[in-house]
Amino acid sequence: MSYLKDKGIEVEYKEISNLNTLNLGPTHPATHGIFQNVLTMNGEIIEDSQQTIGYIHRAFEKIAERRPYNQITVLTDRMNYCSSPINNLGWHMTVEKLIGVDIPKRAQYLRVIIMELARISDHIICDSVIAVDTGALTGFTYLFQWRELIYEIYEELCGARLTTNLGRIGGLERDFTMTAWKKLDKFLKGFPAVLEEFENLVKRNRIFMDRTVKVGPISGERALEYGFTGPNLRAAGVDYDVRVALPYSSYEDFEFAIPVGENGDTYDRFMVRLEEMKESLRIIQQAKEGLPEGPFHADVPAFYLPPKEDVYNKMEALIYHFKIVMGETDVPSGTVYHSVEGGNGEVGFYLISDGGRSPYRLHLRRPCFIYYQAYPEMIKGSMLSDAILTLSSMNVIAGELDA
Amino acid sequence: MLTNRSKQVVKREMSLAEKLYLPAIFSGMAITFKHMFKKPATVKYPEEKREMAPIYRGHHVLKRDNAGAERCTACGLCAVACPAEAITMDAAERKPGEESLYREEKYAAKYEINMLRCIFCGLCEEACPKEAIFLTDTIVNPEYARAGFIYGKDKLVERMDARIDVSKRQTADVAMFKMGESEAKHNQLYNPKGEQ
Ligand code: SF4
Ligand code: SF4
Repeated sequence: MSYLKDKGIEVEYKEISNLNTLNLGPTHPATHGIFQNVLTMNGEIIEDSQQTIGYIHRAFEKIAERRPYNQITVLTDRMNYCSSPINNLGWHMTVEKLIGVDIPKRAQYLRVIIMELARISDHIICDSVIAVDTGALTGFTYLFQWRELIYEIYEELCGARLTTNLGRIGGLERDFTMTAWKKLDKFLKGFPAVLEEFENLVKRNRIFMDRTVKVGPISGERALEYGFTGPNLRAAGVDYDVRVALPYSSYEDFEFAIPVGENGDTYDRFMVRLEEMKESLRIIQQAKEGLPEGPFHADVPAFYLPPKEDVYNKMEALIYHFKIVMGETDVPSGTVYHSVEGGNGEVGFYLISDGGRSPYRLHLRRPCFIYYQAYPEMIKGSMLSDAILTLSSMNVIAGELDA
Repeated sequence: MLTNRSKQVVKREMSLAEKLYLPAIFSGMAITFKHMFKKPATVKYPEEKREMAPIYRGHHVLKRDNAGAERCTACGLCAVACPAEAITMDAAERKPGEESLYREEKYAAKYEINMLRCIFCGLCEEACPKEAIFLTDTIVNPEYARAGFIYGKDKLVERMDARIDVSKRQTADVAMFKMGESEAKHNQLYNPKGEQ
């Protein structure tokens, strides 16, 4: 550049930055969903990151304002699709709270069984995917065979596997069939051994531990400030669980421990989920043994569809059938909040009703949305490959993040 | 501590054996090796098919009664119940002489389900007051073009030579009730004198 100098032109040299910008996502195979992270990288170290959300925003809260109550269930399916039955039943419980229905014990116990199965399937996905992201693909294939069985149980209960639309306002749409019980027994008998095998594969494996211990940590205090709930909060050492703090659907009847971690790092999150699966198995066992006799839905003719034979034979049932399907039953006006312990944290429904056929306003409290706010802080200063692990260990589901 | 139920589950100190990579690697390989001799978990689709639940929510069917008349009366309840707004229909009035084609005085001249919109929630089946629409345990076929996914009556209405059994989806009472009724109607139409 000396010729510039010869011509008398002053050139100011700035120090060249060695920071690179890297787009991780929106459709990166390693992020397990549609997330965009614009990372500022210093070599392999993440200096800063910028997240974009809303890639699969479907405006569920707005759609819900135009739908009758029973048609909103299918929207909740598509939030955390790894454990849709929990969302479905959480929504039904919210509406039941608004209209003030007492659900029979049997229905509550059956719901507990379904929700715990869903929690196990959610944790299977998260834990085996953590293993996959550290390079251990094999454990994933073993555990997924059993998630398949859980999906078959759903299929037996409601007819679908992923987007279940399970349960109805007032109870369940049908009782467990014999096949469903048989499959459940098979699951309860076979799954603990498979889980143990998976544990043996990865839990104390040094490669796995080196990859996960102290990766993406968050302190309990900081996690609470963000509003963390569920396994991710418990991994940070705070034993908050909606099932114990605000029991719903008869959770107070069951004996179970709350696994907690210490540092809130990836290893702790992995371990908490692993132990929670065992606790869920215990709850299912207890619910199955203590299952009371009785109806599987409450007697709320204005919300629960009458049996078809009554629709053909009785005038009253026919009227209710039409009213329910057309979404013309009267709902009291009021405000309710109900939350359930989802697979991933506290799934909350804040519902304002003005007495019309659909909610006046519905807010969905989605735990993934909250976790994702903390994500930039958690990955700052860590390696790129650790950022992937942090994301998968928090089990951030794009459908729930964006709703 | 918020509850007295918490249980510390993390142990991060490694024993000497765990610090060495090798034992964990060998035990891991032993586990995967064992799995080589197990029955494969996969199903060789499409040669082999997994057994579906009798209440699986797949491809729709518009049922006919035992006499072959279409059950649907174009009341539109299924379209109202559909959260995906996938169903459209045009109603028409039955003309004299069409009694064997349509069961009720009003019928659906056009009935379309857009399978790309449909989310297979099963609410239409639940809503139908005529036991006319059912979901079945077959899966919708893939197509190359979008237009092919708009299923009209040609694809939806049950064929009499390939009837679809939906009795497992109905409660026993309904199945009996419907059976009795359509039998009675059939007899009235084709065998009014009750001859065997
Ligand atoms: S299954 Fe659900 S989405 Fe599909 S047509 Fe029926 S009501 Fe509509
Ligand atoms: S399928 Fe059933 S609900 Fe739909 S229009 Fe026909 S009779 Fe009515």
